[in-house]
Amino acid sequence: MSITVKNISKRFGSFTALDNVSLDVRNGGLLALLGPSGSGKTTLLRIIAGLETADEGVILYEDEEVTHRSARERNVGFVFQHYALFRHMNVFENVAFALRVRGWKQAQVRERVGELLRLVRLDGYEKRRPSQLSGGQRQRVALARALAAQPRVLLLDEPFGALDAKVRQELRRWLRLLHREIHCTTVLVTHDQEEAFEVADRVVVMNRGRIEQVGSPREVFEHPATAFVMDFLGRVNVFQGRVQNGQAYLGEAVVPCPDYLHNEERSARVYVRSHELDIERNAGPTTESSSSLAATVMHVHPVGAVVRVQLHLREADDSLNVELNPQRCNELDLKIGDRVYVAPRRARVFVPDYSI
Amino acid sequence: MQPNGVVVQHNGVVGWAESSRPTTSRMVGLEDSAHPTGKAPAIQVNAAHRTEPWWVRWSLTLAAVAVLTVLVIVPVVNVFYQALGRGVGVYMQNLFGDPNTRHAILLTLTVAPSAVLANLIFGVACAWAIARFRFPGRALLLTIIDLPFSVSPVVAGLMFVLLFGMQGYFGPWLRDHGIRIIFATPGLILVTAFVTLPFVVRELIPVMEAIGPEEDVAAVSLGANGWQMFWRVTWPNIRWGLLYGVILCNARAMGEFGAVYVVSGHIAGRTDTMPLRVEKLFQEYNTPGSFAVASVLTFLALVTLALKTWLEHRERKEIAEALTYTNTRGKE
Repeated sequence: MSITVKNISKRFGSFTALDNVSLDVRNGGLLALLGPSGSGKTTLLRIIAGLETADEGVILYEDEEVTHRSARERNVGFVFQHYALFRHMNVFENVAFALRVRGWKQAQVRERVGELLRLVRLDGYEKRRPSQLSGGQRQRVALARALAAQPRVLLLDEPFGALDAKVRQELRRWLRLLHREIHCTTVLVTHDQEEAFEVADRVVVMNRGRIEQVGSPREVFEHPATAFVMDFLGRVNVFQGRVQNGQAYLGEAVVPCPDYLHNEERSARVYVRSHELDIERNAGPTTESSSSLAATVMHVHPVGAVVRVQLHLREADDSLNVELNPQRCNELDLKIGDRVYVAPRRARVFVPDYSI
Repeated sequence: MQPNGVVVQHNGVVGWAESSRPTTSRMVGLEDSAHPTGKAPAIQVNAAHRTEPWWVRWSLTLAAVAVLTVLVIVPVVNVFYQALGRGVGVYMQNLFGDPNTRHAILLTLTVAPSAVLANLIFGVACAWAIARFRFPGRALLLTIIDLPFSVSPVVAGLMFVLLFGMQGYFGPWLRDHGIRIIFATPGLILVTAFVTLPFVVRELIPVMEAIGPEEDVAAVSLGANGWQMFWRVTWPNIRWGLLYGVILCNARAMGEFGAVYVVSGHIAGRTDTMPLRVEKLFQEYNTPGSFAVASVLTFLALVTLALKTWLEHRERKEIAEALTYTNTRGKE
């Protein structure tokens, strides 16, 4: 079932949590609301669920307006960040709750709960109390509980936020598979870029109660619409430079910058992703289209598939983060204090284009 | 026993401190829940006391025991000794032979549960409002709840006489409609409920704050209506805390003297409750009768104490469980 959010605003006292937000969630899609804390993503999720009321705006499920319906009438499945399992009930009763309040017969309840516990791979845990489960198991119980009454939409509020990295990885992959199996329209709130990209087929980047960009993970990452999105996703270096005719001038370096093709020169904040920089031992031939900046190696820090190198720019007296693949790093044989040259491959700017 | 308490508490605090801000405030809530009624697990283990010389330890212990003996143990034992001194037959005769005493016992068994019931309903509603919502006047409400603790019971009784008595604001209207409040059972229930008002609320607010609203919200998100949410989720979480408040409230309600004295008119066989009966028998030089009734009140107090201890034990276990639940959440 599709969800339509139209012009939703919500204020808490003088704080604007949501400012005229509109959004479409496709039927059967898995959408992530991504943003820093205070960006309004959880508030939006709770408004979609009916746990919070909007000051203005409309929520549609398919073509049906549900703005003033209670959570009960909307029939949503909601998974809370801290699980919110009923601590005095065992796993079976937790999962059965939505069925019990709807007056299901015992035999049907038993059948449905058994089915769900198999789905979340917790059959055999019926009699356990939440306090006897690990974090990952609790979250799976919470998910089974949310799915019990066959909700029209599944809403997850930072579902893996409280889990450690390894369990989080597993559960993400599992959620992806589960979603493929049940095809329930799903909205997930997270502040973790990696999580959003790994799980969702569409990502909504939010900031200060507004939507900055909507798109597939690839679109959002490769074509960030705003400086905020650029900054928020991935590791970024920011330079104060000048742009003109598709070139960015960062100190001595000239870097291709296809975002600004205007011939009027202007100063701008120039963004370069950490993996869009190369380190060279020599300054190299200075051509017109590209050149490099002199730097000193401050720190080399391998993290799995990449090596993070922190550099100090001698000219600008500023630090710079570069991500290299381990092979390249071995070739360079970097040591702290080495003098090297960095060459940005691509620069981005976010300046209003006056030509249009 | 004590090092154990320390470990639990220590783990608890560390666990809470690691988690996010809302849960930290809940830790405070939990501690609050433990303190007002003195249920905090013993955590003050001071290693220094083991190095004190033996005579200091012994003299301090002896002094404490002596004070307890003189002030508590001897008087309590004496009540039973005086009551039962002339045999069980006389004791029973003193208790149940006198119709006025019989009536006093029955009246107390009517007034106290009625007042407790009133405070139970009020307490749950009020604690709910205060623990779950932020509204203008919330702080004022919290203060007003404590008022009956700070007002002298005699003054409390007088307040009701001035409202509902013959010379009071509503007195003439009540008389015209044939309703008796002062010098009758409704008045007794009213003042008793007033005097014992804070017990249930005060006990419940920290419990509800410690539990937090998450489970209630989850119940709503799963399609529960208000009643289903309360009876299936909220109630099982608060019932032990509630029972604790009810027991304290009941103990106070049965023992209440001052406020009841003022509104009852002290009419034997009609408005005398047990504490009033004790006093009247004593004034009439019927010491054995007086002690017989007193022994029943004392016995009820001891039962209350036993129940209270059992509940504290049980609640401490639940709090420890809640803490481990919260500590381990997020750790596979």
